[in-house]
Amino acid sequence: MTTRILTTRMEEHPSDSNSMARYLDTGGYATLRHALASLSPEQVASEVKASNLRGRGGAGFPMGVKWGFLADSDPKYLVINADESEPGTFKDRQLLERDPHQLVEGIVLSSFALGIHRAFIYIRGEYPKAARRVQQAIEEAFEAGYLGADICGSGFSLDVSIHLGGGAYICGEETALLNSLEGRRGEPRLKPPFPAVAGLYSRPTIVNNVESLSNVPWIVANGGTAYSSIGPERSAGTRMFSLSGHVKKPGNYEIVMGMSWRDLIYGIGGGIRDGNELKTWIPGGASAPWLVPEHLDTPLTIDDVTALGTMLGSGAVVVMDQTTDVVAAAHSIVRFFAHESCGQCTPCREGTRWLQDILERILDGSGRPSDIDLLLDVSDNISPGLTWPPAMTTICPLGPSATAPIVSITKYFLDEVKAKIDGFEVAVG
Amino acid sequence: MSGSMNRSVINHWSPENQRRAAAILASYPEDRSAVMPLLYLASREHRYVTEDAMKEVAALVGIAAAQVRSVASFYTMYKREPVGDYLISVCTSISCHLLGGDQVLAAAFSAAGVGNGETTEDGKISVERAECIGACGGAPAVQVNYELIEGITPDKIAALVAWLNDTQPNVVLTDEMQQLFGGQRSFDWGPTESVGASSAVPAFGPYGSASEGQ
Repeated sequence: MTTRILTTRMEEHPSDSNSMARYLDTGGYATLRHALASLSPEQVASEVKASNLRGRGGAGFPMGVKWGFLADSDPKYLVINADESEPGTFKDRQLLERDPHQLVEGIVLSSFALGIHRAFIYIRGEYPKAARRVQQAIEEAFEAGYLGADICGSGFSLDVSIHLGGGAYICGEETALLNSLEGRRGEPRLKPPFPAVAGLYSRPTIVNNVESLSNVPWIVANGGTAYSSIGPERSAGTRMFSLSGHVKKPGNYEIVMGMSWRDLIYGIGGGIRDGNELKTWIPGGASAPWLVPEHLDTPLTIDDVTALGTMLGSGAVVVMDQTTDVVAAAHSIVRFFAHESCGQCTPCREGTRWLQDILERILDGSGRPSDIDLLLDVSDNISPGLTWPPAMTTICPLGPSATAPIVSITKYFLDEVKAKIDGFEVAVG
Repeated sequence: MSGSMNRSVINHWSPENQRRAAAILASYPEDRSAVMPLLYLASREHRYVTEDAMKEVAALVGIAAAQVRSVASFYTMYKREPVGDYLISVCTSISCHLLGGDQVLAAAFSAAGVGNGETTEDGKISVERAECIGACGGAPAVQVNYELIEGITPDKIAALVAWLNDTQPNVVLTDEMQQLFGGQRSFDWGPTESVGASSAVPAFGPYGSASEGQ
């Protein structure tokens, strides 16, 4: 069974996997030519639906089901979310820089399936190299007749262009992204209406992640059921994991889900640097509650991880060893969310800043014994009950995300937090 | 919608940037979508997003200057105060934090002699704390004018600051800086590039990227 879908070309041809010549030489655009000549849009869409691919941007919503919500009214748009910004995540950057034609072919196939004639690739502003490589691929594709009018003589037309972000994590939230693409502040919209009904310029719009769309050429070439048969049920296909932190071998790894965390961290990741002990890890980006060594043998699937009260999210695994100051680590994450809060919702705007300030005074040695309760109280006001999945008092999940490190350090490392605050009686080991 | 724009407001821009502005406006179904790319272009023309730049962009897309200001102030990459020739952005988000990003940031402040968001008196170098720049596998990471260096150290960033001061490159190239000052990378970057950034605006074609030697 194939275990590599997305990274074959870049692994085998590191010097030029991004070029049109190499893409064609390795079978690229053959699926598009076949689909345009021999398949109906409905057939292409049904293969994607059968694949059971769950969106790779973080929410994990089935891509084919999302497509099914697209309102049938022209014009409609495809927007590619390349605003990868979740701390720990760098997989889409690799897919954009190293195999941009794979994404372009996925975009054309998807647009054909959905009857869309205009697509925008929203790339974060801090990824200029990715933007340059994708721009080159777009220009090569226009030149070769895989984009533009009457693609491959099929009568189907598609225009694609890149829109560069301005440095705002929140634009990875799809409705904030659409506001940004409209030339507005990147503030999330209330849903409903969902983008599939009223998205870009209030028109029906599909927003899909880079990794999700990069799988489409393989799915159409090999069939949706071939894809869905890879890996465990409800976690079909391969998936890119970004491994970082205190592992010996950080990097992006395309794996079949279902292996254990131990396999990922100690096998693929080579274990913990400097012979140190594993202390904790973040399983799915900075928004995800942390796991600890007792969870090492849990299978790595979307549902198993959700059952542990956290998520695979964007596939970013951040490993921390015994030397880690968990309060400082939590502070880095909370500061991120406080910085990136768009400011629309009071609980998030005020709460994230409160959490940052309280952690800062604990780190400064000015923490108060009441601060742990205060951290949890502020968190509870952002996400009532501190349950999983998080309850929200806000338009989008950014605010609740900032509570994940608070919940994690008070759940697993309460003594360590207390030890930083004068006034607590802490047993000295 | 097209037609409302007033192109005469950018008559004093370079002919190349005027041409780029027209191309950007023509590339969107609705003019307002051009606000962000035009703010980048105006940053190149004026060195940063000046009050005039925001008024010019407003006139080009047919909205109020206050609406452009509300956009420019939302995003971190639109600098509304003068920024140095070289903007050094140091990531201290979680993966970089775990591997010494805070020490790299302190070394950058010390080497340049500035604080967060500040610029040296000669206008050459600005240093800022950045949030996650998507280089977590090569942490700690920094960018110079948004061109990436992965696997940097406090010593190496001090050397980077000295190198920028000494050589004052017209264009900063990610591969060259990675070679000189970088270490562990998130992944193999593939072919080297001869295109880079000539100011603190992302080096991307429609806003003008620069080739080595320009």
